This record gives sequence, C-alpha cells and structure tokens, in this order.
Amino acid sequence: MVPELGQFALILALCLSVALTVLPLLGAHYGNSLLMHSGRSLAVGFFTFVAIAFACLTYAFAHDDFTVTYVASNSNSLLPYMYKLTAVWGGHEGSLLLWILMLSGWTLAVAVFSRSLPLDMQARVLGVLGFIAVGLLLFIVITSNPFDRNLPLPPQDGSDLNPLLQDPGFIIHPPFLYMGYVGFSVCFAFAIAALLAGRLDSAWARWSRPWATLAWGFLSVGIALGSWWAYYELGWGGWWFWDPVENASFMPWIVGTALLHSLATTEKRGLFKSWTILLAIFTFSLSLLGTFLVRSGILTSVHAFANDPERGVFILVFLLIIVGGSLTLYALRAPVVKSEIGFNWFSRETFLLFNNIILNVTMVTVLLGTLYPLVADALGWGKISVGPPYFNFFFLPLMGLLCLLMAFGPLANWKRTPAKHLLLMLWKPWSISLVLALLFPWFYRPETYSFAAATAVFIGSWITTALLADVIYRLRNSASVLGGLQKLSLSYYAMAVAHLGIAVTLIGVSLTSIYSVERDLRMEEQQSVELMGYSFTMQSIKKVQGPNYVADEAFITVTHNGKPLDDMHPQKRRYTARGMMMTEVALDVGLFRDIYVAMGEPVGEKAWAMRVHVKPFVRWIWLGALMMAFGAFLSVLDKRYRRVGAAVSSEVKPVATVAGKGLVNE
Amino acid sequence: MNKARLLLFIPLVLFAVLALLFWRGLSLDPNNMPSALLDKPVPAFSLPRLENLQETRDENILKGKVSLLNVWATWCETCYIEHPFLLQLKAQGIHIVGVDYKDKTESAQQWIAKYGNPYNEIVVDEDGRLGLDLGVFGAPETYVVDKNGVIRYKHIGDVNQKTWNEKIKPVVDSLQ
Repeated sequence: MVPELGQFALILALCLSVALTVLPLLGAHYGNSLLMHSGRSLAVGFFTFVAIAFACLTYAFAHDDFTVTYVASNSNSLLPYMYKLTAVWGGHEGSLLLWILMLSGWTLAVAVFSRSLPLDMQARVLGVLGFIAVGLLLFIVITSNPFDRNLPLPPQDGSDLNPLLQDPGFIIHPPFLYMGYVGFSVCFAFAIAALLAGRLDSAWARWSRPWATLAWGFLSVGIALGSWWAYYELGWGGWWFWDPVENASFMPWIVGTALLHSLATTEKRGLFKSWTILLAIFTFSLSLLGTFLVRSGILTSVHAFANDPERGVFILVFLLIIVGGSLTLYALRAPVVKSEIGFNWFSRETFLLFNNIILNVTMVTVLLGTLYPLVADALGWGKISVGPPYFNFFFLPLMGLLCLLMAFGPLANWKRTPAKHLLLMLWKPWSISLVLALLFPWFYRPETYSFAAATAVFIGSWITTALLADVIYRLRNSASVLGGLQKLSLSYYAMAVAHLGIAVTLIGVSLTSIYSVERDLRMEEQQSVELMGYSFTMQSIKKVQGPNYVADEAFITVTHNGKPLDDMHPQKRRYTARGMMMTEVALDVGLFRDIYVAMGEPVGEKAWAMRVHVKPFVRWIWLGALMMAFGAFLSVLDKRYRRVGAAVSSEVKPVATVAGKGLVNE
Repeated sequence: MNKARLLLFIPLVLFAVLALLFWRGLSLDPNNMPSALLDKPVPAFSLPRLENLQETRDENILKGKVSLLNVWATWCETCYIEHPFLLQLKAQGIHIVGVDYKDKTESAQQWIAKYGNPYNEIVVDEDGRLGLDLGVFGAPETYVVDKNGVIRYKHIGDVNQKTWNEKIKPVVDSLQ
C-alpha cells in the first residue's frame, strides 16, 4: 500500500510541476497577477508531494519491503537500521528521487525567501524551476520508478546495499553533493528569468548571488566528503582519482567558482553581464551533464552503477531541451551593448577577469580529458582512457597561477589600482612567503629538500600573508584593532575565510603528495615495523562477527619515538549477502599527519599483507574545503542580502582614485 | 542581426557539436567489443614476464586451453576490488593471463607479492602497446580466449560473482 501511495504522490508532484511551469510563466507574460501568485502555492505543493514520495520509499526500506524491486536490490534484512535508511539513495532510482527532493526543497526556499522580488521575476524563476522538475519527474516516473513491485514472487531477502556504501561518509556525501548540484538550478532559473524578462541589471546579480554562493558551499562540502570517503573506504590511501564521475562534480564547482566572482563584478560594477548569464547557464548545464554522464553508461567508471542506454537517451533529450533551449534564448536575448563603464589594466576587474579565464580554461581541460575517450570512440579512433597524468599536467600549473593571482584580487581597487600601491602593499608578504617557503622543506625533512614543497608553501603563505596585509591596511585608520575588525563587513570575512581555505587545501594537497610514505609488508604476530619514527607492532589477529559481515581484525599498537600512541584495529570484511571483500582502514588522525593502516590479503599461516601509510597534512585538504564552504555560508548571512527589495540598478559606487584614500572594496 | 549578436551563438554551436557527440556515444556501448577483434586471434606480442623481466612471453601462452586475458594495473582502483575474485577463479582452476598495463613494473611486483598472484602468467605491457592492439579502453578488462588463441568475448570493468555467472562463465563453459 505505502509504495503505491509513494508512486501516486510522485505522479501528483509531476502534475503540480507541470502547473508550476505553465501558470506563473503565462501570468508573467500576460501580466496576470493571479496566475503569477499561483507559483508560490504550487511550489509548496510540489515540495510536499515529493517529500511524501521520499518518505514512502524510506518507509519501504525501514520495513524491509522486498516486494519493491528497488528495496530488494539495495537492502537486506541484516543491514544495520541506519544504513537501511540511507540505502534509499544507494541506487539509481533512489538517488534520482533524492535529486528531485533537493530540487523541490530549493524551489520551496525560493518561494519562501523571494517575497521581496518583483512578482513577475518571482513567477518566472519558479516557472523555470518547475520546468526542470517536469523533466526529472517524467524521467523517474517513466524510466526509473523506485516503487516498482516484484510480484507475485518477491525475493526472501534483499541482495544488500553495496558494502562500499555502508559507511557514515556515504550517508551525507550524496545529499550535500546534490544540494550543490541542484542549488545551481536556482541561479540558472534567475538567469533564464532575467533573459525572458529582458531585465539584466545589477539587481539580477544581487538576487542570484546568495543562491549561487549557497549552492557552491554545499557542493564544496559534497566534493570534500566524497574525497574523504574514498580515502578511508577504498583502502589504498588515495583521495582523488580524476574519475569521470569525480570530474562530473568538479566541473560545476570550477565554473561555479568563476560564476561567484563574475556575479560579484556584475553586482558591484555592472560589468560582464552577458558573461555572467552564460556562466550561470554553464554551471547548471554541467551539473546536468554530470547526471547524464553518470546515469547513461556513456563512460565507464567505478561510480557508474545501474546505468542503461534508454535512460541515457532520455537524459540526453532533456539536456538538449534545457541547455539547447537556454543557450538559444541566451543568443537571442543577452545584451550585446558594450558597457560604458571601463576599467584600468590594474584593477580588481582585471584580476576577476583573469580568475574567470583561468577557471574556465581549467574546466575545459577537465572536460576534454573526461570526454576524450568518448570522442575517440565516436570518431572511430579506438577506445582510449585518459589518466591522472593528463589532468595533473594541466591542472597543477593552472591552479598555481590562479592562486598566485588570487593574492592580488582582494587588495586591488575596483576600476583602477596604481601598480605602485600594489607593490608597496605586497613586497612584505612576498618576502615573508619566500623565506618561509625556502626554509620549510629544510626544516620539515632535511634529508631530501623538495622544491615542489617550497613552491606549495610559497603560494599558500603568499595568499595568507597578502590577506593579512590587506586586513592591516584596512585597519590603519581605526582607533583600536578590535573596533576596526568589527567594521569589516561579514562578506569581507567570508571572502577571507574562503581564500584561506584555498591556501589550506593547496598546502594539504601538495604536501601530502610530496611527503607521504607508505610501506607494504608482510606482518606476523609480534612483528614490528618502523616508518618515519613510528613503530607498528602487530599484537594479534582475530575473527570478528558483524551484523552482515564477518571480518579478520588485526590489533596493532603504534608507538612514536618509544611513547605509546594508539591502538589500531584494521579489518578485512567479507559481506555475506554479496560475498564482497572490503578493507576497513584503521586511522590515527592528526592535524599534521594521519597514520593509515589497511589489511591486504592473508599470506600463509598467521601472516597478513599490510599497508601502512604516514600521510602528512592530508587533513588540510578537507579542512580547506570546509573553510571555503564556511566562507560561502557566512557571505550569505551578510546584511545587504536582507535589505528588502533592494532593487538598485547598475549601482556604481564612488571609487577612490588615489591609493590610500578611502578604499571602498566591500 | 549585428556582429556582436552572432558571437553569442558560439556557445550554442559548441553545445550542438557536443550533443551530436553524445548522441553518437549513446549508441556505442563502451563495454562492447570493437567487432574488429571479436573472433580474431589475440594480436601478436612479445613482452617481458613480470616475475623475470629477462624472459619474454608471446601470444602462444594463450593457446592450448581456454584462458582469461586480464588487463590490470596498480593505478586502477577497480582492479583492487576485482583482485580477490580473480584469486577465487584461479583456485577453481581457471587459466588466467595478466597484462600489467601502463604500469610501474616495480609497484606491480610488490602488488603481486603482497596480495597474491591470481595469474598463471603475467606479461608487462609498460608502454601500452599490446593494450593499443587489443583496443583497451581502461583497466580492468577481461578477454575470453579460446584454445586456439582466438578472442571470443570481452568484458570491461571488474569481474565479480555476478558478471562471472551471467556473462563470462557461459562463454568459458561453451568453449571447454
């Protein structure tokens, strides 16, 4: 009964989303305020029924309803309760439903928080979101119904959730990732609404900026969680693989980053309007493309679970309509009038322009690498795979350049910054960073001096010290430091935290790659091994019985320079329902290093192959990502977004022409 | 329409090209064997053995019995997942030949020493030459080769209990 209710709710949600597309858009076109007002209530209805459907599916999982095919193939009666609930998004159908739930949530949020928007704008935005929902709901109802029953002969028990996904990291990774992906739909909807209305002013940028920022923050967390999960769950210590599906989530993030910066320019200076619109379309299109790549089976990947060409055709048609349609609209309606507002070579605009160029070039290289096997196949050049060397070759220099330039951006004025001023501000950070960078590898690991580490430390501290210099400069006229700090706007802090996050991640990525040490060895009971001053002693190995698995568990004591440090219990699990072997890593976590122990295979009596890593600074990768996300969430709280109905068009503030005289960078 | 407006059509044109590509891509199954190699002999090769790089092996090691030709590498995360199942297959007496594809030979040797060797023979394809001849799309890939050294089936992705039972074993059984 409950699955049928869920199915019914999905169909009702589909009907409501059709109404949500048609009515408000018609209303906005004909200026009918009744129709325009319907958007908000329809959005609430759309959310409600999707939420009911989602609750029904969750109920089916919680009650082990194996008559539902999707439940039977992704759950098992022995699965721990928590994982039963999260198994809801363990397969294709359920994760699609989660996608739609997120979309309906964002739509609801737009309906609730955009009361201050002009009515026609609000109606158009909701209409565009409704249109996206129609496509996805049709997709789920026609090709991927999670409520399909397997009657009259249901299986006795389910075939279990993929053991790789039975993990706390997986519980939160997809929701955050989808929050990010789908969140960009709001910004996209704003862009399309602005094109439809022919009203592309700074107000448009101001409205969509918090939404884009929020989505970007979620996506940052989502990607970081995915990387973290891969790190400890796959059992071999890697944290990023340039897998097509990782790239699929990373590309919207890269373009989304460009979008955030371009939006800032459009909001503050009324520049780059057409470009910003295009980026908004790109960002969401790449999110959809990600879905397409993962779901269509067009690329082979470790993530590509449950794919099927028929679904691929559906998503491709959907992609054609959404992306093709919006790009056509863009080509016809985007403003071509050249901005009268100019800017100098040395100005914040220029640095933001560089930011955009570099980020987009990066995205294109990632896209090419991801699609190249497909291109080669389609053109009959054979089947080829593109590996990490390709991506690293382009990605690392581009990011290095971006980060070098990043230090200038916050310090530069809008419109014009005398080069001398920048020089004056930055020579100290530059020298401090240089000294730090040259000394660091020598102190950290004197036996092998690493120039790569020096470069990374230089860039990281260059970003940090330049920000510091900027803060000091801003405080120069305040009576007290505390008073001055209070005067800095919330969005300034947000920017600073996010930029620091980049520095932290950069240092983490580089130093981990350079300084990690790993040792693969055969270990017996009472045998010890030394690695980087850590001593690992295998005490014993025993059998452990889990709820839905059996495992061999090693007990290893770790000492550092003779002092006891930690007891570690890595496991090798065998999940009974699928007969899959899984490595359960033991970790000793620290800000400056992780100790990572994974069990390999048994080699002979009582002896096991073990993999031991010491990974310096690996936590910084995710810490930085969290800082970026925190920055994003902070900036949304800035009070200027709460100014109701602040429809200021092409607002241009007076700009200081002489350095040191009233910088108005916000 | 003025010139500046025409520029705005560039993204649309690029997308159209991309969409065409996807359309073409959908009709191609990456897991499908290029028909050119199906029912053809394994391309000739002469590659060093992983266990002793001084010695070489050629395509004749695939003759005489039905074999699996498994393309793997230490950089390939799925190979790691696949590995235990290959060990099981070996225990069942399946003849498996490994191709260590575009890999660091040293890491591969460590890998085998550490995790066990599911292969009756491993050849080192360091520059990916054999992989190119075979049309390797990415590791892991597994080919079913009959007693005469002719490729009968190709599987992309990991071999696990499910794919073994449903896809590969029937082919192997029919060739015995």
